[in-house]
Amino acid sequence: MTTPTSEPGDELEPSFGIPIAPLEIAEHRTGQFGITGSPDVSGYGGLSSNVVLPPESLRPFGGWFDEVADSLVEALGTGSGGIEKFVVENGQLTIHVKRDNLHEIAQALRDDPLLRFEMSLGVNGVHWPQESGRELHAVYHLRSYTHNRMVRVESTCPDADPHIPSLTDIYPTNDWHERETYDMFGIIFDGHPYLTRIQMPDDWPGHPQRKDYPLGGIPVEYKGATTPPPDQRRSYN
Amino acid sequence: MSDTTYTTADAFDEPQDPADEAVTNQPFETTEGDKVYTVTGGDWDTIQAPDEGEKERLIVNMGPQHPSTHGVLRMIVELDGEAVTKMRCAIGYLHTGIEKNMEFRSWTQGATFVTRMDYVAGLHNELVYALAVEKLMGIEDQIPERASVIRVMMSELSRIASHLVAIATGGMELGALTGMTQGFRDREPILDLFEAITGLRMNHAYIRPGGVSVDLPQGIEKTIKETIDLCRLRFKDTANLLIGNSIWLGRTQGVGYLDLTGCMALGITGPILRATGLPWDLRKEQPYCGFENYEFSVPTETTCDVYGRFLIRMAELQESLNIVEQCLDRLQPGPVMVEDKKISWPSQLTVGGDGQGNSLEHIKEIMGTSMEALIHHFKLVTEGFRVPAGQAYVAVESAKGELGMHVVSDGGTRPYRAHMRDPSFTNLQSVAAMTEGGMLSDVVASISSIDPVMGGVDR
Repeated sequence: MTTPTSEPGDELEPSFGIPIAPLEIAEHRTGQFGITGSPDVSGYGGLSSNVVLPPESLRPFGGWFDEVADSLVEALGTGSGGIEKFVVENGQLTIHVKRDNLHEIAQALRDDPLLRFEMSLGVNGVHWPQESGRELHAVYHLRSYTHNRMVRVESTCPDADPHIPSLTDIYPTNDWHERETYDMFGIIFDGHPYLTRIQMPDDWPGHPQRKDYPLGGIPVEYKGATTPPPDQRRSYN
Repeated sequence: MSDTTYTTADAFDEPQDPADEAVTNQPFETTEGDKVYTVTGGDWDTIQAPDEGEKERLIVNMGPQHPSTHGVLRMIVELDGEAVTKMRCAIGYLHTGIEKNMEFRSWTQGATFVTRMDYVAGLHNELVYALAVEKLMGIEDQIPERASVIRVMMSELSRIASHLVAIATGGMELGALTGMTQGFRDREPILDLFEAITGLRMNHAYIRPGGVSVDLPQGIEKTIKETIDLCRLRFKDTANLLIGNSIWLGRTQGVGYLDLTGCMALGITGPILRATGLPWDLRKEQPYCGFENYEFSVPTETTCDVYGRFLIRMAELQESLNIVEQCLDRLQPGPVMVEDKKISWPSQLTVGGDGQGNSLEHIKEIMGTSMEALIHHFKLVTEGFRVPAGQAYVAVESAKGELGMHVVSDGGTRPYRAHMRDPSFTNLQSVAAMTEGGMLSDVVASISSIDPVMGGVDR
């Protein structure tokens, strides 16, 4: 979401003013319960609110997060423009990176002596269909045994061009994890040695974990009452 | 990709006319340009005939229905005589879409789903899920002390049960049938404890976001103490039977070798990693639920083989018993759910004449005296609580290794995305590294030392 207006590296300078980072709006909700399809008779049907994801964090992050951020920027040199932003939430550090720079950033995270995130805990996909241009997210968790730390690296790709570079040459363990993410979300990891489906059958159409995937349930009748399929039941989200 | 729309009919289509079956052997191309074939058995030659001068190539499908493959694991083994030249695992035969299902249930109901992933150590799954949701809500500090102690105790009992299954099935697969009967015999009192505490032998849904579903039954401490003593006695039988047993040594020593470099590259955790000499245990390194207050050691071996992993599991049984004992000393009366009534389940569960359910006093209150309590109960049970938007990753040391839970919330009453990093899934990648170049019979030993549970692998 952030569009860097300054030079690479400038973003990491300490900011003393009011946070200027744009809000990450995940969703817009109306009404008291967030339901659709039936009238809201609570008297609060006109309520309107935004669901906001944790915004970009400003320096200092606290703890060892600054050390990791500094070391990473230093290790990348001119390539640090690939870092979109740092987000600290729930006591965990997320590094949002551009997909073009993901490979070199992962390499630096693994190899730099001050970082040494030598253990990958795999990749997980998240589908945000409302974020146009960056619908598909790939989330990596990396652990450092040397320093006993954990960071999260998040990269995105648009639905229309679902390509993200594979990290299997840096972290061989990502092999099956990337296959699973491809299987479930349709993210194509360029450079993976054999990116095939892993959980679903080879000839399965579609990618089941995407939000637009049809569940295909049918209403079930039991003792005269009918229960609609899960995706058609009343939702309070 | 995105411009294709799939209908339900596409996904659930029956296979086409049998006359078309011949066509299924036609390869289709992957995104990487590789060809993918569908073979159904006995038709390998139609795809790739042996090259000129090459010896006859024998490819054996071990599984997915095979008693020594730990469930529905399929191994495609290329053999030269009895030596394995190439081996690949095929998984997905137990994929049930648990993670997708969770997106259509409330946060509390998620516990019921995750416990079915790695069903041999289901309480670890519940624990890591509960911790992840609590982290996302920022209520880690509000979890009552008693709930944390119960969680530690249950997760250690679960570790014992899981290790016993690993040792028992491993013994059975290598021909030590008595190891199997003893292992399952020893696991039975643990499952009885689970039944007494949670109501079920497996699939408990006991550890829930906010605490645990119900307090320990009256007088269970004595039963737990007796069970610990019984286990101490009985574990000696298994130790006497297998440790140092020359046949067992012959089948397990030097087999399934994977050193520290291999473990780091392949993301292997748990007993396999500790068998390389690295004392990495999340209970020590990143303590959760107050594990820093318990005294226990992290057993390691340096043999990197199946026997080393077996010894580590045997040693961890003792360590877990010690931790459970310390839990009994730490148990103080108190609540087992967070105070916040907007999160905790509105009633305690009790056992009535018709089984376990909401306590009668609570039913009396909501149905007879308090309209507001009824509304509150109804809202919390049907709608659930909201979790702030964001994401969190929490990991615990399960019996098999690092069990991680990545939960994403969009601020709603259901998980937006919940993903389990199951150690069985990751560890299973190492089968090829462990077995290629070895004998076919060692494949079985290697698999049993990984201890994969397919419910966790496939989810």
